[in-house]
Amino acid sequence: MASGTRTKLLVLGALPLVLLLVPLLFPSPFHLRVAALVWINAVAALGLALLMGLAGQVSLGHAGFMGIGAYATALGPKHLGLDPLASMGLGLLAAGVLAFLVGRPILRLKGHYLAVATLGLGILVHLVLVSEVPVTGGPDGIQVPRLELLGWRVAGPATWYWITGIVLLLAAWLALNLEDSSTGRALRALHDSEVAASVVGVDVARHKLVVFVMAAVYAALAGGLFALFNRFVTPEVAGFLRSIELVTMVVIGGMGSIPGAVVGAALLTVLPQALTLFHEYEHAVLGLLIILFMVFLRQGIVPGIAGLLTRRRAA
Amino acid sequence: MAELVQLLFAGLTTGAVYALVALGFTLVFQASEVVNFAQGEFVMLGGMVTVFAFEAGLPLPLAAALAIAVAVATGLLLHRLAIEPAKGATVVTLIIVTIGASILIRGLAQIVFDKQFHALPAFSGDEPLRLFGAAILPQSLWVLAGAGAIVFGLWLFMEHTLLGKAVRATAANRLAAELVGIDTRIVLALAFAISAAIGAVGGILVTPITLTSYAVGTILALKGFAAAMLGGIGNPVGAVLSGLVLGLLEAFAAGWISSTYKDGVAFLVILLVLLAMPQGLLGRRAVERV
Repeated sequence: MASGTRTKLLVLGALPLVLLLVPLLFPSPFHLRVAALVWINAVAALGLALLMGLAGQVSLGHAGFMGIGAYATALGPKHLGLDPLASMGLGLLAAGVLAFLVGRPILRLKGHYLAVATLGLGILVHLVLVSEVPVTGGPDGIQVPRLELLGWRVAGPATWYWITGIVLLLAAWLALNLEDSSTGRALRALHDSEVAASVVGVDVARHKLVVFVMAAVYAALAGGLFALFNRFVTPEVAGFLRSIELVTMVVIGGMGSIPGAVVGAALLTVLPQALTLFHEYEHAVLGLLIILFMVFLRQGIVPGIAGLLTRRRAA
Repeated sequence: MAELVQLLFAGLTTGAVYALVALGFTLVFQASEVVNFAQGEFVMLGGMVTVFAFEAGLPLPLAAALAIAVAVATGLLLHRLAIEPAKGATVVTLIIVTIGASILIRGLAQIVFDKQFHALPAFSGDEPLRLFGAAILPQSLWVLAGAGAIVFGLWLFMEHTLLGKAVRATAANRLAAELVGIDTRIVLALAFAISAAIGAVGGILVTPITLTSYAVGTILALKGFAAAMLGGIGNPVGAVLSGLVLGLLEAFAAGWISSTYKDGVAFLVILLVLLAMPQGLLGRRAVERV
């Protein structure tokens, strides 16, 4: 598909450029920290964008997988004496296996039934993290040991900026390749009509499961990175509001658009930082902005701007 | 026996509130196919406005009436300013709009009121009634009777008034309803107003038992949504029954197994049920048209 190739070039060209420019424009450690958070959230949003945009399946509990990745990274060193990075790998595996096990039955559900099932899954993960105090540290959260690679102590906002940025780049590249693959085409087909797709021989259940597992692993990866970067996690990483934030990132950026997921993640990560200026009005303003965005930029920022540009070119 | 009765009443009391929230979800969904996640905030408004009006010196019935009016006004504003402009948006977009609204309402409540927990005096005293050795709060009976009256009143309205029939016609087929001259915009606004009032009444009735704060809405909305889905979305009888069942299961799980995972019961149940019956307990099978 021509437009697919163009997006691919655009993303793989523009994203490294943005990665290079941000530290030049905003060199302060605070800004680099926020930017690293943006890249981390963008990884999770990317996975969800594949699930929602490409396959048309919603997940209102995706932060649950993020929580699994984050807590695996925190708990592995503490309880099993494992290396943080190996623990994170186990977290990705755990999230993938959980998604694989629950995915097949859950993904049979449609619309609001799928929404409530994924919502329930996320809330149960959050509840376990809050309740199993001896293991997880409960609502107060838990420390994460510092990452060391072959004697190199990974520390500092600039270092994490580059690590998370490169992970995001790889994640985006993989996602774009998936879009262009036969799996991507199958997913688009089942998004339009599951019955029609299965009639032409698409294994609907298998393809939905593949993208669900992939989205779960992306979220767990983001969770693990967050744990290592922040060196402290609380159950809020898996909370309902986090799940909603992730969904909002995907929708605000532009449903199904991979650059959109990154833009949405940037907006929803930077916005709360900026809103702290409003002190106690923070939540009210955030809610208001979400409504305004959804009402006036319904198809999302990236497709909205792309639409404006094509219209101008045509005129 | 005493323990059984005790848990039964505790379960029915919370279940009645879930049932009212689920009923609100169902009403709005029937009229508009919108799942209104701000439903829990109406319960919060009901409780909080009553508390503050009562503490400001208003008699309890007046304070309660004011709270219902505030909730209804909020529901109408929500419909007019957020839902109607987003008409035709996808399911997910509408879900995000209503969640945005619930964050907004909660944020405003936190500023207008405060972040503390508040109680109301019980309507007819705190002296527990003895039943088979169990101690039942009179307020529990208020909650049950109030919820029962609301369900019955709503049934009367839907079955026996012209306006109620217009709501049902809109739910059945919006275009056909418009063709026979029903103004579906008014019907939709009405659905939001009624569901807001129902939520507020639930909040007022239950505040003497469970206390209230600006943040109680979220978990109620999520559990009410689970109950509405459990009953098969758009089915009012299913919503009320599922709400009561979830309340009971929660109470018995807390009493007999562990109170730590009380809040997870509703979601575990909905997951298990949906795995076996993808359309909810009383839902109809939807067929996809190609």
